[in-house]
Amino acid sequence: MSESTPTAAETRRIAEEARDRVRFEEEALELSDQVYRVARRLVGTREEAEDLMQEAYARAFRSWRQYQPGTNLRAWLLRILTNLNIDRGRRQQRTPQTTSIDEAGDYFLYNKLESTAPEENPDEERVIERLSQDSVVEALSDVPHDFRDVVVLVDIGEFSYADAAQILDIPVGTVMSRLHRGRRILKKSLADRAVPI
Amino acid sequence: MDLCEKCEEMMQPYMDGVLSDAQVREAKEHLDRCSWCAKRYKFEVDLRHFVRVSVQEPMPPELKAKLAALRTPLQ
Repeated sequence: MSESTPTAAETRRIAEEARDRVRFEEEALELSDQVYRVARRLVGTREEAEDLMQEAYARAFRSWRQYQPGTNLRAWLLRILTNLNIDRGRRQQRTPQTTSIDEAGDYFLYNKLESTAPEENPDEERVIERLSQDSVVEALSDVPHDFRDVVVLVDIGEFSYADAAQILDIPVGTVMSRLHRGRRILKKSLADRAVPI
Repeated sequence: MDLCEKCEEMMQPYMDGVLSDAQVREAKEHLDRCSWCAKRYKFEVDLRHFVRVSVQEPMPPELKAKLAALRTPLQ
């Protein structure tokens, strides 16, 4: 056997690695709809989301060996994606004035919708109908990035606090406080967009 | 702090499933008795669902093909 001929063990190792890589790529692609759903709301436009998805998947396919099988692949992919998004320097947004938001409680939106309803005791089924789907999309894009990232991961991506913390590389306590504030900013923004009676 | 204020404060963590068993029991007891808070709880649940559904935008099919094209070619 010449030196350049791979040994049987080496051939087997190469074959195994190729098989693992194919499996990784297939699993990652199967999750792409779910990853896109989150990615689309982390950025402002569809074009940005598409670019970010391609960059993230290119990087994921290159660094697939760093993924530990058995761990949450969707979270791993989104961690790459959010890092790329942050690297793009889209974070020069001011921190919002949140004083009035902190004063408004969690029932703020309901109270506002109810208090502006035509009847004394509005049918609670109908209260939510004062919000339109388009207004939710707009209201969410109004939430500043740091807060929005957390709201999108937890409320739309249905990630746990711990997963969101890992994806964004921030402490769980920060996830909780940003979520708290982000949801209130969203509600405030929704209240401003409620369908008038 | 009255019970409704406390309920309001615990609402989001309650929905996120991060309260202790004792806190969950306390919240449930209050929601069973207090229609004012129960109404608002129902709204919060509906709102979260409504937000999730409203912002869904399916992935463009051509993007899926572009992602698949990024795969490492088989040797």
